[in-house]
Formats: sequence, C-alpha cells, structure tokens
Amino acid sequence: MKYVDEFRRGDVARGLAARIAEAVQPGRHYRLMEFCGGHTHAIARYGLTGLLPAAVQLIHGPGCPVCVLPIGRIDSAIELALQHGAIVCSYGDCLRVPASNKLSLYKARALGGDVRMVYSTADALQIARDNPARQVVFFAIGFETTTPPTALALKAARAEGLRNFSVFCNHVLTPPAMQHLLAAGDAVQLDGFIGPSHVSTVIGSAPYQAVADAYAKPVVIAGFEPLDVLQSVLMLVERINRGEAGVATQFTRAVTTDGNATARAVVAETLVLRPTFEWRGLGQVPQSALAIHPDYADFDAELRFGLPYRHVPDHRACECAAILRGQKQPQDCKVFGIVCTPDNPLGSCMVSSEGACAAHYHYGRFTAPQEQPA
Amino acid sequence: MSHPTRKLDITHGRIDMTHGSGGRAMAQLVDELFAPAFRNDYLAQGNDQAILPPPGGRLAIATDSHVISPLFFPGGDIGSLSVHGTVNDLAMGGATPLYLSAGFILEEGLPLADLKRIVDSMAAAARDAGVRIVTGDTKVVERGHGDGVYISTTGIGVVADGVQLCGSQAQPGDAILVSGTLGEHGMAVMSQRENLGFASPIVSDSAALHTLAAALMAASPGLRLMRDPTRGGLATTLNEIARQSGVGMQLQEDAIPLQPAVRAACEFLGLDPLYVANEGKLIAVCPAAEADAALAALRAHPLGRHAANIGQVVADPHHFVRVRTPFGGERLLDWLAGEMLPRIC
Repeated sequence: MKYVDEFRRGDVARGLAARIAEAVQPGRHYRLMEFCGGHTHAIARYGLTGLLPAAVQLIHGPGCPVCVLPIGRIDSAIELALQHGAIVCSYGDCLRVPASNKLSLYKARALGGDVRMVYSTADALQIARDNPARQVVFFAIGFETTTPPTALALKAARAEGLRNFSVFCNHVLTPPAMQHLLAAGDAVQLDGFIGPSHVSTVIGSAPYQAVADAYAKPVVIAGFEPLDVLQSVLMLVERINRGEAGVATQFTRAVTTDGNATARAVVAETLVLRPTFEWRGLGQVPQSALAIHPDYADFDAELRFGLPYRHVPDHRACECAAILRGQKQPQDCKVFGIVCTPDNPLGSCMVSSEGACAAHYHYGRFTAPQEQPA
Repeated sequence: MSHPTRKLDITHGRIDMTHGSGGRAMAQLVDELFAPAFRNDYLAQGNDQAILPPPGGRLAIATDSHVISPLFFPGGDIGSLSVHGTVNDLAMGGATPLYLSAGFILEEGLPLADLKRIVDSMAAAARDAGVRIVTGDTKVVERGHGDGVYISTTGIGVVADGVQLCGSQAQPGDAILVSGTLGEHGMAVMSQRENLGFASPIVSDSAALHTLAAALMAASPGLRLMRDPTRGGLATTLNEIARQSGVGMQLQEDAIPLQPAVRAACEFLGLDPLYVANEGKLIAVCPAAEADAALAALRAHPLGRHAANIGQVVADPHHFVRVRTPFGGERLLDWLAGEMLPRIC
C-alpha cells in the first residue's frame, strides 16, 4: 500500500533501533511520554517496546480522547437519549465507555435510547435533516483533531436554520494537559515527550513551545506510523544527551509551525475556552477545553436541555487516573485483565484500542507472565 | 389448490400481512415464487415435512441465521449467503452437504421483485453446491419489525467413515493454513452501508467450500480440523481453536494473504482485516509433514489459489495467538471485543 508501507518497513525499523541502542548513554534513563493514544496503539500494535533498549522507557500519556472523558459527561449524554428522547450521535469508541449505574451509551440503546454511531459530523447533520421532528444532539469529543469538524457542523446548522440540531461540546486541548502533567505535585519523572501527531496538523508545533521552555523538556512531534515513533525516539534520545529542550518536528510531512489557519479560524469563530474542565485522571484543568461560542448558543445542547455537570468518582479499584498521569502501567492495576477487560471495561482506558489498558490487553499481555491463563 | 385468478405481481407487488396469514395469498406466494425456484421431488410432495432416504453414513447438521444489511452486496446477496453459510458449516466438519431447510421472516412492504431475486439466487447457489432445499417456512412481520428479510437455513450432510475432524485436535508443531485472502466479505458489505458508502472494487468472497474441503482432506489424511473464519475473522476463529485444543499459536504477519484494496479500506476505516468476516475462506490445521501437500491441493482449486501457510501451533497454557510482525516485534492477536468499531482519530 503506497504511502503506508514506506512507514512500516522492518529493515528501516531495525536500523533505527540499532541507532537508538548506540545513542543511549550508559547509566542514563530516557523516560518518554507518548502523549497520544494513536502512538500508544502503534507502539503496542507493532511491538515497538521490544525493539528498544531497557534504558528507554515509554510512558503512556492522557491523549486517548475517550479515556479522559469524565463519567459525568457520559452520564449527561445518556440522559439526553433516555430522559430527553434525543437522537444522540457520536463516534464509535464513545459508545462503550462505562458510565454510572453500569450503563454506557451502548447499553442505553438497549434500554430504548436512540444512540447512533457516526463517522463524521456530516452524518449527524444529515440525521437532523432526516428527522425534523426529533432533537438530534452530536456528542462532540476529542482533541484539536476532531474539533474543526464540530465547528463546521455548527456553522452549517446555523446557515441552514437546522433548529433540531445541537452539539454537546466536550472538546479538550492538548498543551494545557501537558503543562498540567508537568506542574502536578505528584508528577512522574519525564525526560521528554513524543508530541501529538494529528492534533499538531491543526494547531501547529508552536503551542508546545511555552511548556517545553518552562519545564526544559524536549518535545518531538511524531507521526502515528511505527517508523515515525522510532525516529522520534531517536531524536529525543539525542536531544536528552545534549541537554536540549524545545520543540522539534519529526512529522514534517504534515505539521507546520502554525498549523492549519483555516481550521483554527473556524474553531475560534464557533467555540470558546472554558475556564476549567474536568478530565478523567487529571481532575480539573484550567483553560483546557472548549464550549460553544455565545454566538452559537442556540445550538448548545448544554443550554438547550439545561444539562447540569455532576462529578462522578471513578470505580474505587480502577487505576485509570494513575495510568493517564503516567504514574502506573496497566499491569499495575489489580483489576486489569481480571474484572476489567475490553468486553466488560471498568475504566475508560480499557475501552478504546488507543487506551493504554486496551492496547496492552489486545497486543501485549503475553509479556506479563503473572497473568491468569485465559 | 385454488388461488386468486390473478397471478402475483412480481414486478410491482410487495409483501403484505396476508402473505403470512396461512390463507390463499400465502399459498400463492409459495406456489408461484418459492416452489418453482427450489423445485425438487421432496419439496414437490407438498407436505409439512420432507421424508428423506437414509444417507449412508453419519449425519452432520448445522444451522445458521442471516440478518445481513444491505440485502444485496457486491459478490452476493442474503439468498446465496444463506446457502453458503450453512453448506460451509457442514463442510468444515468433513461432511458432504445434501439437504437444506429454509425459514423466511419477511417484512411487510418488501418488494416481491427483491424477494424473487433473493430466492432465485438462493436456488442457484444450492444448485451449484449440489444441495436441495427440501422444506421451508414463511412468516411475515409488520413493517419496522424486520430488515426486509431474514433467512434461517438448516443443513444436513453425510460424513464418510474415518473422517474425524474436530476443533480440539490441533497439536503443537501443526501447520496453520488459510485458503486465501482475508476480509473481503466484511469490507464488501461495509462499502455498501448507507452512512459509509465508499467506492471500492472489493467483492464478497461468499462461496460454498465443500469441494475445496474435500480436496484438502484427500491431500492431508492427518488433517486435524477446518473452520471458516466468518464473524470475528481469522483472529476470532484462531482464538476459538486455541482454546478448544488447549494450545497457543504463532503466526507470521507477512505470510497472511490480504488484497491491497482490503488493506487500504481497513486502513482508512481504522479496522484490522484479521477481524473482518469471510464467507468463502477456510482455516485448516494439519500435521507439519502434510503442510506442503495440503497447500498444493488448496492452491490447485479455484477457491484456494491464494492459500498460504501462516504459522504453527505451539504449546501455551495461556492459549495466546501471537503474531510476529515484519518489524521483528511480537504482538497478541486477541479475541474481538464488543462490536468492531472504528477508532476515531
């Protein structure tokens, strides 16, 4: 497959792995956080950890969009479907995230809720056009990558006067989360970041500069293909050896300093910063999420349905919070693979294949010999 | 039987509730649409049951329900699929398929032209596979309570003496073969879904596998088992076998045959082709010493041209199916969890 196979070549991977092994200095640790779930997935899917020397440790970050969504937000989406009778549209992974009362959007569907999986906001708009007598809510989640399509849907809905359409906006921002992780009192020791890939095609590489400078860490913006990840690890190891902080881009085929100006403009027109937002695992993070701009208030599901936000604590045994902060590995969690499995997830990290727990469960758990036989 | 004098209007007519009422309309539907298509001596007896001659061997029986949407897809339709699905379930046990029963649940409003197309396709698939549809049933549900048509088929086959295939027989050291490229049925269907529709040359592999299975059995006397990797794809089927046999498996990722179009479609939808359904492929486990002969037999058959040896059975108390990536890394090929959903970013 052209333009894909080139980034998955085994011989090149082995060459990069050898160069990383050479570059690693004795007695030194390289604790690298891969921010994105896409990286976590690629690392697990291609068995990249096995190609790296022991001194290079990859630590999963909070960049899996469904993992960081707090339970209270899913509860609200379920409420829209079950109590308000709205058609709730969302991206696939979101449907399986566990919420309160052993529910999920999937299970709400079995209870009679009209919950539909869509591939894009255009599908949600079409559902609204096709069902003029019904309220149709797009449950918007994700980082800066999925934000511009939500912004365009808001513009389209207003232009068409699509009165039965609204957006329940839960979009979150990457740089404030990175800053929050580094500033936390219980921060895990990190030597560098494998920086966001698709997010950076939208916002560019510039927004990470302040964090990288303030905490004197190298950030290398990396693509999601396995060779991208390995090359970025090499770039980080070299920078750590030189004591060099700042932002560099490995994913040069798609990321510029300023990103996509058109996408940023449409987001700025339709969405505004929230003063604070709860992230699963990170708690309240100031200025880390977006709400709908007052100009588009007519299409704001939170206002239309008067949705109050309620904080709901995670299950007591669930270690998602520590895993999302990079403090624990999936296999450190007592319920991993026993009570919490992809078929019956207790925590959000076990849902999406980008979640650290699901990625480890799907691809890597044979490396954990302490596990019970299936 | 006395019928309304006017014949069924196949071109413009639609299924209505009277077609399931047990009255004249239902008899007319059977006589004018089903009976001519499926015509055979047993069906022609017109009884509530088909009485069949002794088959001369052990009986195999399998049943399969088909609820596919859309009803028509590149490479087949629900009619041909309902024959192939059950024929293949019989064939994987080493049985020669002989007879099918067919139950139809029709939704009020289904165009008769669609039903005729489905029934004709089913009849053609049965004819090609050498099986006879000897008894059937039709029910009609109100509009909105079905998806056009659901078809449930049950098949009866006969197993020759000495044939003893079973999912529990895989042994460490055995070879794992697949009969061709994977994931075509699932991706062909997905390309037709209304909210997804993408243009692609992918055609369902839906086919009856019993002659391919027979060729394989002849070439590999020690054959342990065969399975058709339908829902859940190769990954799920291998995990089932690993659990049933109490073994592990070690696959070589670059040996697994995939069409470029399937790889590409899976790539942009965020799906793994190893979890995508097939309807015309089989997985076989055979002793390593017979692997070359088995592979040659598969490749000599039109349905097995792209057959490949993809790995081997290993001893593993965890029953893990592991895949060696072209990178030299290793990963698990796990059971499918939940419904196959695309990743979002």
